[in-house]
Amino acid sequence: MDLPPFQRLLDEHRADLYRFCVAQVGPDHGPDCFQEAVVAALRAYPGLRRDENLRGWLFTIAHHKVLDHHRTSARRPVPTGVQPDGQPAVPAATLPDGDLWAAVGRLPTMQRGAIALRYLADLPYAEIAVRLGCSEAAARQNVRAGLAGLRPEVSR
Amino acid sequence: MTTPPTTDLEAALRTAPPDPAEVARAVWAAVERADAEGLVDVAWATVDSPLGPLLLAGTDAGLVKVGFGVEDAALEELAAHVSPRVLEAPQRLDEARRELDEYFAGRRQAFELPLDWRLSRGFRRTVLERLYAEVPFGRTVSYLELASKSGNPKASRAVGTAMATNPLPIVVPCHRVLRTGGALGGYGGGLDAKRHLLALEGALLV
Repeated sequence: MDLPPFQRLLDEHRADLYRFCVAQVGPDHGPDCFQEAVVAALRAYPGLRRDENLRGWLFTIAHHKVLDHHRTSARRPVPTGVQPDGQPAVPAATLPDGDLWAAVGRLPTMQRGAIALRYLADLPYAEIAVRLGCSEAAARQNVRAGLAGLRPEVSR
Repeated sequence: MTTPPTTDLEAALRTAPPDPAEVARAVWAAVERADAEGLVDVAWATVDSPLGPLLLAGTDAGLVKVGFGVEDAALEELAAHVSPRVLEAPQRLDEARRELDEYFAGRRQAFELPLDWRLSRGFRRTVLERLYAEVPFGRTVSYLELASKSGNPKASRAVGTAMATNPLPIVVPCHRVLRTGGALGGYGGGLDAKRHLLALEGALLV
């Protein structure tokens, strides 16, 4: 089987991929992160194995771009950087009100990553653990804690 | 360790859609950058024409595909036979769009844009190249004559196949190929489209 046109992949996943980036690095840097991910994916695409899980592959690239962003902004003393206590990098006021993914943006970094990988990338816990660099149990715990953190936000 | 039950919250996380205009802007920015970095191997666009929407696709070598309507299969064909790096990048088709507009407006009789012939091979390609080079605007040719021009007078059936699989209709003028005696024969874009093109060129006696 041939690889589908990259256009199909982008059309199918672009909304979730964009949301994934914005939820993790905030509305100011989300579009850049999305752009980096799309360009990197297109560069690597022809060499991809035909039986690769395309959605998982795409979100893995986006996740790497998120990590690159966190690393770069951790080295820079920027006002929106990740706080030492694990508080969100994104000021809540800059995201649209009433938006569920804006509430995700207010979660601590690990929970935010776990929620995005679970519900946008649709990855199993074992793969979330690999990408977050933690145990599978910790991945489950971060998803559960993230959901618990979101409940009061969405029922407000 | 148990999996948390699926809740309304989880369902909402899976479906909450972002603003489509914002996503579209981000996609255009990504495509523009990918194109600047030479990563868009096949650029495509749709354009309006008197025959309805046309799909145009191009590579670095030139125009590679003209399709009637927005056929889903066209992008798959390009991915399989040219490169899977296929993206909508209309600015790359500006020249093709301009020449086609001029042709349909009656201001152009020959196309000058570079063509990428790679979707056609062997005898079919020979036939299409002869047709492109030797049957100008306003003229017609029979399948049999075109077979002779292509060096194989007995191959009029193969000429028919070459016309039916022409990747560059309108530009490579398979509409100028008629049955012996002048009957229209077939056309990938439909016989109305063939009549329209022949009338535009003054080649059809009504």
